[in-house]
Amino acid sequence: MEEIANLFQGFAVALQPFNIAVMVLGIVLGVIIGVLPGLGGANGVAILLPLTFSMPPTSAIIMLSCIYWGALFGGAITSILFNIPGEPWSVATTFDGYPMAQQGKAAEALTAAFTSSFVGALFAVVMITLVAPLVAGFALRFGPAEKFAVYFLAFCSFVGLSKEPPFKTIAAMMIGFALAAVGLDSITGQLRLTFGSTELLNGFDFLIAVIGLFGLGEIFLTMEEGLRFQGGKAKIDLRVVLRTWMSLPQYWMTSLRSCVIGCWMGVTPAGATPASFMSYGIAKRVSKNGNNFGKGEIEGVIAPETAAHAAGTAALLPMLSLGVPGSPTAAVLLGGLLIWGLQPGPMLFVEQKEFVWGLIASMYLGNLVGLIIVLTCVPIFAAILRVPFSIIAPLILVLCAIGAYSVHNSTFDVVMMLVFGIIGYALKKCNYPLAPLVLAIVLGDKAEEAFRQSLLGSQGSLGIFFSNTLVSSIMILGLIALFWSVIQNGFTRLRTRTAAA
Amino acid sequence: MTTQQSHNVGPSHKSVEAGVTTVIGLFGAIVVYGSVKAGINWGAEGPKAGFFPFYIGLFIIISSLVNIWNTLREDDGSLFAEWGQLRQVFSVVIPTGIYVGVLPFIGLYVSSMIFIAWFMRWLGKYEWPIIAAISLGMPVVTYLIFERWFLVPLPKGPLEDLLGL
Repeated sequence: MEEIANLFQGFAVALQPFNIAVMVLGIVLGVIIGVLPGLGGANGVAILLPLTFSMPPTSAIIMLSCIYWGALFGGAITSILFNIPGEPWSVATTFDGYPMAQQGKAAEALTAAFTSSFVGALFAVVMITLVAPLVAGFALRFGPAEKFAVYFLAFCSFVGLSKEPPFKTIAAMMIGFALAAVGLDSITGQLRLTFGSTELLNGFDFLIAVIGLFGLGEIFLTMEEGLRFQGGKAKIDLRVVLRTWMSLPQYWMTSLRSCVIGCWMGVTPAGATPASFMSYGIAKRVSKNGNNFGKGEIEGVIAPETAAHAAGTAALLPMLSLGVPGSPTAAVLLGGLLIWGLQPGPMLFVEQKEFVWGLIASMYLGNLVGLIIVLTCVPIFAAILRVPFSIIAPLILVLCAIGAYSVHNSTFDVVMMLVFGIIGYALKKCNYPLAPLVLAIVLGDKAEEAFRQSLLGSQGSLGIFFSNTLVSSIMILGLIALFWSVIQNGFTRLRTRTAAA
Repeated sequence: MTTQQSHNVGPSHKSVEAGVTTVIGLFGAIVVYGSVKAGINWGAEGPKAGFFPFYIGLFIIISSLVNIWNTLREDDGSLFAEWGQLRQVFSVVIPTGIYVGVLPFIGLYVSSMIFIAWFMRWLGKYEWPIIAAISLGMPVVTYLIFERWFLVPLPKGPLEDLLGL
């Protein structure tokens, strides 16, 4: 019951006029970011992070998280109308959304996408409201070994669940850890891996890496396809919205399943993109209309959108309660917390009640505001895409430079941003995942600290990670996640063998 | 597709990927070297600074070896990109490099104006009036939002000093 009271206090915070204004601004910016190629949720939030330095932390996190919701909504617009996924997690939405638009049912597809996004987010927020305080309370008892086990689990699920080859995921992740290690060692106070360079004393800031890898890298990729970019028109009227809403309840099973998949994939840091694909795949297999998938089936829009939004929202649960972000965007938000002087993790729920519950309340309101804004303003957002890429691209590059500079007021960071951009382009082309690299830069120092502190306690024996039931069960979960694809293959082989026999 | 053909159209995916993987492996070697210099065994207060990154570097080298083996083993003859596409990419990378390079000296506003104007003229072939509107408008809006409303200072050069901003 205490949580309910806290939540209502949170609503009181989120409903302050300034916070509502910030919320609307964040959603609108977020949808624009989601619609434009080259600007995604993670680097959009990273670029705008410096603007919030002068705000109170609660308003700042409301604005940034609303940018994130907006980007999640925005990705669907371009997928459905132009067959161009604005964000990786809306790729699955193009499969059925674009055929629907071609059949003249764009308005139905958009309404279904936005509404299911809203449903997915709402489901995840309710879960966060109920579960996050419990997880945080539980995590307060964690020692360094348990903390390291949680990081271990997070990174193992990346390797096991991502669709890229496992050794490429490991390589990308370890590059992130290595970059995080550069500079001053927090435990011994010694310098390492700087090779005499003063610029490297403070190491690599992950915000710069995010802006470079996701922002510039994406622009370079888009340049390959040339500058052609055509926009179109879209309009939604109230009658279509109401008619579509009437038809949605019959897909409640698909929705519920997608919500659960999304929440699960969001909490384990696999993220929104695999969640949307998995949900689409399962819906296709289970649905009685499965054969129509890919030809403009409304269920094929509902499933990936619900899961993507649920995963995107659920990614904030481990960030708030454990300090382990579930997605690159959640990692940027976590970086914001550190800059505003807040320590992410279970203590937030004890020390910064107003902040945490204000944020959670703003998730309810922000998604509602987002749904209304996208439903009413689709024509305006679609018009943005009619601005040619040769105007958009230099503006985005300049914005990236401004964002990179203002993190530390350093022009060296702008150079680093370009370097990361080129690295991002090369890695993306060679099928290396970028999300684990970014998360490793964010969590590298903390994971190392937890690892070394645990080893100190055990005099260097790795047995500390299996010394009690709590830590060993987290570690075993991690190992299962790590070898998940191997286990799955084994099962399939076993089943075919028994079927054959 | 024969190899000869793909050489004419663009670099093969295999060779570029092998190159990228080798660079990653070398990066791992540098990390290992740097860690050994910082000390990888136990000191008075526990593991030394290089202890953790040493193993990270080893992981990078090992996974790169696996990756390069996989890359060399499977060759589907696909292209990394066509030369024309790479030219498009470099037509953005190089100007961005120049932009980033001169930014500390002439300030963000002037360099952004030139960069946007260049981009629109060279790649978009726009008329000068519309180029002027956007390349001047963007820095002004940026100035108002960042420096005036949100009090975030951005790098300035001689022109801003002259104007007394």
